[in-house]
Amino acid sequence: MPPLLFYLFALITLGFGFLVVTGRNPVTCALALAASFVGLAALFLSLDAYFIGVIQILVYAGAVMVLFLFIIMLLDIKTEEGKKLNLPAIVSGVLLAVLLTLQIIAVVGSTSLAQKSTQDTPLALAAAAGKIGRAALPTITNDLKAGELPDAKLIGFTLFDQYGFHLQVIGLLLLVGTIGVVVLSKRERSAP
Amino acid sequence: MITLGHYLVVSGMLFALGLAGVIARRNIIIVYMCLEMMLSAANLALVGFSRFHLVNGLPDYTAQSLVFFTITVAAAEVAVGLAIIVALFRSKQSVDVESVTKLQG
Amino acid sequence: MHASIILLLPFFSALVILLGHRQLKGAAVLISVGSSVVSFIACVALLAVADDKDNTKLLLPFLDVGQFHANIDVLIDKQSRGMMFIVSFIGMLVHLFSLGYMKDDDAKPRFFGSLSLFMFSMTGIVLAGNLIMMFIFWELVGLSSYLLIGHWYQKASAAEACKKAFLTNRIGDFGFMIGILLLFGLNKGDVSFENLRDAFVQGGPLFDAQKSNPGIITAAALCIFMGAMGKSAQFPLHVWLPDAMEGPTPVSALIHAATMVAAGVYMLVRVSFLMEASPLAAEIIAGIGCFTALLAALMATQQNDIKRVLAYSTLSQLGYMVMAVGAVAMAAKNGHEPHAAEPGHPAMFHLYTHAFFKAMLFLGSGAVIYACHHEQDIWKMGGLRKHMPVTFWTFAIGTAALMGVPFFSGFWSKEAVLGVAFDSGCKVLFLAGAATAALTAFYMTRLLIVAFFGKPRTDSAHHATEAPMIMILPLAILAIFSVLSGYNILATPLQAMKPPHVEGHQTVLWASLIALVAGVSGAIYLYRGKDKDPVNIKLFANKFYFDEIYAVIIRICQDRLAWIVNAMERILVDGLVARLPTAIVARLGAATRMLQGGHLQGYTFLLGSGVIAVVYLVVFVLPRLGH
Repeated sequence: MPPLLFYLFALITLGFGFLVVTGRNPVTCALALAASFVGLAALFLSLDAYFIGVIQILVYAGAVMVLFLFIIMLLDIKTEEGKKLNLPAIVSGVLLAVLLTLQIIAVVGSTSLAQKSTQDTPLALAAAAGKIGRAALPTITNDLKAGELPDAKLIGFTLFDQYGFHLQVIGLLLLVGTIGVVVLSKRERSAP
Repeated sequence: MITLGHYLVVSGMLFALGLAGVIARRNIIIVYMCLEMMLSAANLALVGFSRFHLVNGLPDYTAQSLVFFTITVAAAEVAVGLAIIVALFRSKQSVDVESVTKLQG
Repeated sequence: MHASIILLLPFFSALVILLGHRQLKGAAVLISVGSSVVSFIACVALLAVADDKDNTKLLLPFLDVGQFHANIDVLIDKQSRGMMFIVSFIGMLVHLFSLGYMKDDDAKPRFFGSLSLFMFSMTGIVLAGNLIMMFIFWELVGLSSYLLIGHWYQKASAAEACKKAFLTNRIGDFGFMIGILLLFGLNKGDVSFENLRDAFVQGGPLFDAQKSNPGIITAAALCIFMGAMGKSAQFPLHVWLPDAMEGPTPVSALIHAATMVAAGVYMLVRVSFLMEASPLAAEIIAGIGCFTALLAALMATQQNDIKRVLAYSTLSQLGYMVMAVGAVAMAAKNGHEPHAAEPGHPAMFHLYTHAFFKAMLFLGSGAVIYACHHEQDIWKMGGLRKHMPVTFWTFAIGTAALMGVPFFSGFWSKEAVLGVAFDSGCKVLFLAGAATAALTAFYMTRLLIVAFFGKPRTDSAHHATEAPMIMILPLAILAIFSVLSGYNILATPLQAMKPPHVEGHQTVLWASLIALVAGVSGAIYLYRGKDKDPVNIKLFANKFYFDEIYAVIIRICQDRLAWIVNAMERILVDGLVARLPTAIVARLGAATRMLQGGHLQGYTFLLGSGVIAVVYLVVFVLPRLGH
């Protein structure tokens, strides 16, 4: 990916992220968050993580954002107009953010690993097909031999091959979350 | 040249933005959005590391599996969290975090 | 083995009774009396173990901290064996007597429990092998004395008296503690009697201290004497003893006549090597003893309460004993060797005989009081000789022994005391001793004549009948001992520490006889057939106004002191110790409560700050330190 595009998407991500933090209207914030996530998804794509980028858009920019907007509409939340700003909170928040950023920049700048670019670490698809060998499915090796990165297939292979149990647990977590939401949202009859 | 450092700095800035939002904002829904931003920032760092840590010439898919789990848990968390916000709004008629100070010692 | 039985039996008895007297009821009495009888038998067995080897046996390592050791160990020698016999014997008789005397008392279990506690602590004092253990039991004795004096606490005077006794004793105990600490420091933390004595004889650190700085030995001796001053009621701490007669009469007999008040003398004899090391302390002790003896005898002549007469007489006799302790040390300095082949000590001997006859007199007065329906004024008695013959005769024997009528035990011991006073080379001591003897004869004859002779002056005296058998029996036994304890036939097997009879004391013999005759004839002349006191000396009757003087001193000094202490407390205790920390804690609490405001944003801020701090430490600080 050309550096220009990287800077563009980074700017989109951070800029809309800034709008989320500063926006007065919740709807604006939610839309800005969606935009920020689209930029983030593009960054994922630039890192050859196509599957993650796609589900970032599907799950976050799609489902989660709709949920946020839905709740905002449901509760009919107005703009925070007239409310005075909480100055100490803002100052401390900005201070912490700046400090954290500086620390991260300092850490990143001091490690040699961070100096590697994508050109320094090119993907070796054809060689990988040989190395994975018989452990992988033939469809994966065929793709690799054809010079394509079978991203979704590889993630799926990893998930079901190595993290099968974890996947079950996540499924259970989603079930529990669903039940929890139903219980929480139900109006109590006996409530006055 | 775009290096891993660039991605990490973007990830860190996004995280810091989210943190600042969590601290500074009083609307609990926006606080929630900022939390999502922080999670996504962590995802970005993970994907970056995955791409730059090649295994057999391929990205490290263990990291991407973790991102997958994170997104799933975040989705579940948003669903439950928003349900809690609804319940809270019913009892307090407000989404201001200042109205929820029951934790006060 | 024996020693631990003697020591622990009353302890468990007291424990069981005082903890469970509601459940035990009547059994409490039996437990207490039973334990006293058994410990008496054990004491007799202890006497029979007549090996003259003095030995210290360790019973229990009480405290073991680094170089510091405080043990519960028993020193069994002639002195403690003899004293143990007195304590357990009179204790047993008093227990028996109390069976009759306290028959109708509601709080009998409490009384017997306290009595057992007293037996335990007194045994501890007698057997103590070191000063620390003695001090522990010294305080316990004070406590049990307090409990027993205040047995009838509903009576205001009894409650006051027990408070007075306790507080007065505290003054003495404080001195005692300082004295122990002085010796503790001088003798490198070893305060066992044997080692202290050896330190003087064989030249330990104490010996060096005596050579280089005799003042400090004198100070230690006088501080230790303060303990004896409190317990043995010597001037100026004598005021509590007469008031202590508010307690039940058996208690007066046991504690405030025979045993506890003698503990001071016992302890002084134990540390007599200190007095010998410090002539000045010996002189002061002898002087105070002599002064107390004379003063108390003068006060006794004008008392109307039968128990108070005996109380002042006890004071006077204790003064005698203390004087003897001092005089022995003085005599030793003058070249008279007090410790001949046979270890005898006039003070211990007088203590020994006095314990029997004074206990008997008190029990006799108890019988009289019991017969006269708790009437204690001797001018409301009279003619009891016919109604209570046994009591009369035993009382008369006791009186004779106390006055020092020849061939009674008191005669021998009093002569021994006067003899050593004569030997001490101080004429004043001897003359005052003789005068006290005369006064003793005077007031005891007065008591006997007024209470037992003449006509009954009130109805209760008229209808008085002989006390029951359980009360008569101890009287009779004690009467026998009162006569015989002065002779070798009883004194030797009972290890009374009778001093060897010194020939050539014609002066002493004649002086005591003259004093006796003068006192008796004076009293007979003045009091015979009188219904009212013909002599009226306000000064004596009011005990030289000591209580009033003390009251004034206390009002002046203590109130000022209390004012200062109060101010100090307001500033130091309330201000610095209580209020300042409270304020600090309150401020800190308020500050931290602000953190705990329940504000989500605040918590998040703290969390973020924590993360940043940890990152800063781990990434930037620790690598620089080389981790």
